[in-house]
Amino acid sequence: MWHYRSIVREAWHRTMAVANFLCGLHVTNTYLCTAALAYGPSMLPTFNLTGDLFLAERLSTRFDKVRPGDVVLVRSPENPRKLIVKRLLGMEGDSVTYAVDPKNSSRCNTVVVPKGHVWIEGDNIYASRDSRQFGPVPYGLLEGKAFCKIWPPKEFGSLGQAE
Amino acid sequence: MGTRNLLWNVANKYFTFGLVGLTISDRYASIVPVRGGSMSPAFNPQPSISDDYVLVEKFCLEKYKFSHGDVVVFRSPSNYKEKHIKRIIALPGDWIGTTHNSYDVLKIPEGHCWVEGDNSASSMDSRSFGPIPLALVQGRVTHIVWPPERLGGVERRYPKERVSSL
Repeated sequence: MWHYRSIVREAWHRTMAVANFLCGLHVTNTYLCTAALAYGPSMLPTFNLTGDLFLAERLSTRFDKVRPGDVVLVRSPENPRKLIVKRLLGMEGDSVTYAVDPKNSSRCNTVVVPKGHVWIEGDNIYASRDSRQFGPVPYGLLEGKAFCKIWPPKEFGSLGQAE
Repeated sequence: MGTRNLLWNVANKYFTFGLVGLTISDRYASIVPVRGGSMSPAFNPQPSISDDYVLVEKFCLEKYKFSHGDVVVFRSPSNYKEKHIKRIIALPGDWIGTTHNSYDVLKIPEGHCWVEGDNSASSMDSRSFGPIPLALVQGRVTHIVWPPERLGGVERRYPKERVSSL
């Protein structure tokens, strides 16, 4: 009997340890830092076509520390299950000038970003679906700020403010 | 040495409890108070007396599948620190008649929804800020848990005559 009880207790402790570990993982991933994969042409030359692994920290977006020029992880306003990586170009109240259709014309448009919204664009304006199509996005969709590229290894390094 | 050990144990317990609690409230369910009368009479029928506490489930965030009439918690599109509780009236692809100031008909864009409070007289909702991205939704309200005499589920309803999903 005593033996049986000690086994149960041991199993319980092990399960709790695993559960704690998973919870810790979840909290780290949601509140501190997450890894994400960027693929597609929209962020060339910052990210390659084939899929670059990078780290994104969650603190800047939570405490309102993101600035224009940062690379941000955004939940897509068109498909909530998808995350997209773009560069932040305007905060609320900024006026942003963008090329409407850079492939065919040099027409530009200027908009003022409304309250609580941000303007995001891909680095490769010729092949990016971003605020130029769907307009400014609410700040609440920002999920993190990319700060370090970890794959491919020869491009390892911090993602600073480009441009 | 004994007190230090005890302190360490207590701190460890609290920390673990915090981690587990945070994970559960993020991934599975949490309980939040409803402030204000914008959803009366479903919540806070008499706003001045006491706030209702509601159970918010997060499983819907896996697929972002919602039905017409679901009550959801979402971040305000104009201030990400605020959260609002409103009812989903229309989903992507639906046409909705806005009773705002003119009788317009509007198509909800892909990935967006139309939210309104039940008490249209004092509610700040899609009638003022337009359709919101579904990605702002933080969970779905399923039950009222406090005060005890109002314990019960939240029914799903919406003005069917204003929405068409052609």
